[in-house]
Amino acid sequence: MTTAPALTAAPGAGRWRRPALGLLGAVVEALPRLAIVDERFLPPFSTMARALKGQLAVAEFWTALGQTLRGWALGLAIAMLAGIAAGVVIGSVPALRAVTASTIEFLRPIPSVALIPLVVLVYGSRPQSALVLVVYAAFWQVLVQVLYGVADVDPVIRDTARSYRFSRWAVVRTVVWPTAMPYVVTGFRLAAAVALILEITAELIIGVPGLGRSIGVAQSSGAVAQTYALVIVVGLVGVAVNASARSVERRALRWHTSVRRDL
Amino acid sequence: MIRRALVALGLPAVLIVLWWLLSANSTSFFWPPLSDIVAAFPRTWTADPIRNDVLPSLARLAAGYLTALVAGVAAGTAIGSSRTLRSLAEPALEFLRAVPPPVLIPVIALFAGYTGWTAKVIAIALGCVWPILLNTVEGVRSLDEVLRDTARSYRLGRSATLRHVVLRGSSPLIATGARQALSIGVILMVVSELFGANRGLGAAIVQFQRGFAIPQMWTGIVLLGLLGVTLSGLFRLVEHRYLAWYRGLRQAERGV
Repeated sequence: MTTAPALTAAPGAGRWRRPALGLLGAVVEALPRLAIVDERFLPPFSTMARALKGQLAVAEFWTALGQTLRGWALGLAIAMLAGIAAGVVIGSVPALRAVTASTIEFLRPIPSVALIPLVVLVYGSRPQSALVLVVYAAFWQVLVQVLYGVADVDPVIRDTARSYRFSRWAVVRTVVWPTAMPYVVTGFRLAAAVALILEITAELIIGVPGLGRSIGVAQSSGAVAQTYALVIVVGLVGVAVNASARSVERRALRWHTSVRRDL
Repeated sequence: MIRRALVALGLPAVLIVLWWLLSANSTSFFWPPLSDIVAAFPRTWTADPIRNDVLPSLARLAAGYLTALVAGVAAGTAIGSSRTLRSLAEPALEFLRAVPPPVLIPVIALFAGYTGWTAKVIAIALGCVWPILLNTVEGVRSLDEVLRDTARSYRLGRSATLRHVVLRGSSPLIATGARQALSIGVILMVVSELFGANRGLGAAIVQFQRGFAIPQMWTGIVLLGLLGVTLSGLFRLVEHRYLAWYRGLRQAERGV
């Protein structure tokens, strides 16, 4: 089985991967060493790497990483469940869809950061603050994709199911769900990235415990190398989130023609 | 026509009426009656805060977003057209894209502090540039080979090919990236004002919250929401105009 071309890197990219990343490291090493950038603002790459290694031995670092990941996963899971449930219900009933369309279009672009002052008042810097922001931001991504997916159901298949007197539940399970699945998975990928952004934002700004707060603390206490080390960790978390979302996509859509190219 | 308007406006109207009625006798500190919020709106957002908070915020958003748009499309076209450049840049781009943009603010603050315009505009631009850049790369990569060859056969000049074939052909994907970037831009516009002593729309709302001016805080949340809706509406208008040819093409493909 081959994977879809869109999901793999350009041919030959693997060969360049290491030299390319090495180049990036070398540039970051050289800029401060050659005094092009002030070392107080951008320490050499080796210093960052040392700070990162030091962090790996600190218990607080692992606690913060765990808190960030837990908040992200919980918020994402709630948003997925709510988004899929609401999307399937609204999408399957045409009247409901027509009535809610304008409201969804209105609520969706409201920036989730607008809720920051509100959650600070209600929850302070407890993890619930981050959870509300993450769920709000991720929910719309999922909902909109599920709505597209449900709307994509082939009318002939739907009518066939009705002719055979499929129950409502059987229609959802055997007709609607497989059609909407690729959209759901796209929604998951988008929501996973947005959820991480909001989780880190909440930690950084509200002071919810996690990696974001550690970055804020390191920066304000002048631990520059440590700030960069933590930013690198957050970036790696982001890479891992993207990569795992892609692999979920490939697994869940193993049967779908966009992944199963050997037809 | 009237029926459609009723369907579109029905639920929002019901929700607003519900909010009004349910909050009417609210004595809860956090959830003031909607009537209080509406009454506080014109008192809060007078000419002075609009001139000194809202407009500068919007100007920074515009500056950062447009910078990101120009830089993202330019770099994306270059990276998308060259295989060597792409394989060199791809791993670094994968990493940079995955960094949640708000963590860049403390890093930028190391160089430029929290309060100046430069730091905020750079933060907005750096956050917005990745979706635009990556989508441009995808768009340029997925260009129709035949179109490119045709342009070459007709000896279209470099700049003409770039304008009429490369940028035109990748514009649907560029628009997708630009739409994602817009919502990130609004987030960063607010977030970049929340550090240090700052002015701006986001800073003003948090100031109200810290001063426990709750109805005023709510007017800020409403204003920010309206802003998000307006910007996405504007974006759709622009997209509708510039991608009219693409919609026509898709319809023709489906119709035949």
